[in-house]
Amino acid sequence: MKKIPQGVYYAIFTVFFFVLIVVSYNHPRTRKKPDSVMELFSDFSWLNDWPRWLDVPFMHWINTNWKIFINEYGLIFDAIGYGLLRGYTELKEVAVQAPWPVVIAAVILITYFTSGRKLGTTVFVGFCTFFIGFLNPRFWDKAIETTTMVVLGIFICVVIGIPIGIAMARNEKVRNAILPILDLMQVIPAFCYLIPGIILFGLGAIPAIISIFIYACPPLIRLTDLGIRLVDKEVIEAAESFGASRRQKLWGVQMPLALPNIMQGINQCTMMALAMVVIASMIGTRGLGDEVLLGLQQLNVGAAIEAGLAIVLLAIVLDRMTQAYGEKIQQRNQPVKKIKKSD
Amino acid sequence: MAKIEVKNIYKIFGPNPEQVLPKVQAGSNKEEILEETGHTVGLDDVSISIEEGETFVCMGLSGSGKSTLIRHINRLIDPTSGEVFVEGTDVLKLNQIDLLEFRKQTMSMVFQRFGLFPHKTVVDNVAYGLEIQKMEPEKRNKIAMDQIEAVGLSGFEDQYPSQLSGGMQQRVGLARALATNPQILLMDEAFSALDPLIRSDMQSQLLELQSQLKKTIVFITHDLDESLKLGDHIGILNGGRLVQVGKPEDILLNPADDYVASFVGDVNRARVLKAKSVMVAKNDSHNGMQVAHKANANDTLEDLIPIILGTRSLIEVVDDSGNSMGYISDSEASKFLSKD
Repeated sequence: MKKIPQGVYYAIFTVFFFVLIVVSYNHPRTRKKPDSVMELFSDFSWLNDWPRWLDVPFMHWINTNWKIFINEYGLIFDAIGYGLLRGYTELKEVAVQAPWPVVIAAVILITYFTSGRKLGTTVFVGFCTFFIGFLNPRFWDKAIETTTMVVLGIFICVVIGIPIGIAMARNEKVRNAILPILDLMQVIPAFCYLIPGIILFGLGAIPAIISIFIYACPPLIRLTDLGIRLVDKEVIEAAESFGASRRQKLWGVQMPLALPNIMQGINQCTMMALAMVVIASMIGTRGLGDEVLLGLQQLNVGAAIEAGLAIVLLAIVLDRMTQAYGEKIQQRNQPVKKIKKSD
Repeated sequence: MAKIEVKNIYKIFGPNPEQVLPKVQAGSNKEEILEETGHTVGLDDVSISIEEGETFVCMGLSGSGKSTLIRHINRLIDPTSGEVFVEGTDVLKLNQIDLLEFRKQTMSMVFQRFGLFPHKTVVDNVAYGLEIQKMEPEKRNKIAMDQIEAVGLSGFEDQYPSQLSGGMQQRVGLARALATNPQILLMDEAFSALDPLIRSDMQSQLLELQSQLKKTIVFITHDLDESLKLGDHIGILNGGRLVQVGKPEDILLNPADDYVASFVGDVNRARVLKAKSVMVAKNDSHNGMQVAHKANANDTLEDLIPIILGTRSLIEVVDDSGNSMGYISDSEASKFLSKD
């Protein structure tokens, strides 16, 4: 493949820049234009403050195209939203209908097995779960709603994020293309996509789940990519020297060795998802975040802090569960050196 | 035809190897190329040919290109220019699928830092090559257990690599390489990470295995003693160029240049030189000396010196069937042991 020389990129960029200036200048909505271009060279006052006519009409462009976009493709988003909503409602109903002791027992059982039968972690997690309802009985159902959203969000992150991470690790070009998108996803303020989310998916849990995906997926993608690339080069060479194909290498060597990092990514994902749930309460998402917002709006400091504590407890429960599973895998991969007693 | 033939291999690392290649071919050396173009010359016109059943040791300091060279044989690295033939197959013309098949069938590799899979037990590590070949678990585990026994690790098969010592880990690496029963073994500084006692132990074990298996071994090392002990032929690399190829005695007695000479300067010659390369035909200076001892042609000078010094007499060198081949006296011994 021939490489495009750097100069070409600069040329394209410069041309693009000038076209943009000319287009902005000629845009009908641009205000207070000078009468002629020559005026710019006789009267230099436009150099003091940013001139009103030097303005790319991005807002106008986006608004126009946004309307066209909604009209053309709105149905697709309706379909996605409907599918998600069905999944969300069914999952939530099951957990809400179940008697609370059953839910606590289920959490304890899951933790017991994911943590590799560690008693301390299990008891601690069970206690935290109990305390969510204990803080305020109203919180119980709300915590279940929040958890359902978080779990669905993480599920989407895993299904989409891990394959992207794998693709990035295997191909330099894919990585270079995706990295700026990840930066954008992490840096762009949440409110910028919450509002379009409402327009596309309506109020409630679905835009929250989509926001969770945008906000929480980048660390999972990054850690998957990093985990795969950090696998010892010599181990990869060993696999190659035995004639392992790319697929055999990926599933037999790279993925198992990257798993601790990927689990760390899922853990990060969980924590960020919980943070997003609170912000999402501003667009009418129910759940524990809603309680915080309510407390703040009524200047009821006690209620807000109580709800905040419940979120912390929920975070601890989810964190312990995913973290413990990651540690278990890590121990299997890199066992601590033990001297076997032969008696 | 030789088992492995490497012909005029050039390998240049950097963004534009093809553009730099003519300069390297014109004879510029590594430093000049680096200064002018920013490219690193890995290998510069290297040709070797390795016969079936021999151990070829490739020697050089770090950065001399020896690890790069060995990776050309199973094409973990593609050369910038040149040809590689293994058993008559042009390795560089293989497509992706044939290349994988070729690696599965023909050769396996042992690594400096062992390259074991930390998430697999010893037996699964050893069986990995067979797993890649899609052999059923029972069959491959049986073969793996035999190999584990052969390298003396029975009882450790369910441990993880991190639970073993360095020497034991490398034995797992060796067993893994042997499990697929390849014709060719590539050993990349296989014993360099081990401490001296275990290293010499592993060298002996390799020699013993080799005497039964008669594999073709390409062994990379930076340790001259190791290469003299293991190698049937030795190739010395310096700055990506092959400086000298020959039998251990040749290298020791006739170093091609100052670089090789400085290398061999510190070697215990008595341990390397064999009776057959020191012996001479009977001549006048031997008049009046008695033959006190018959030595095998492959005995080292180290074995014979005590006898020469003790008896002040002549040693007759004989081949395996007892035919006389030549004689060694104190004057020959002293001539070959002196460094100039």
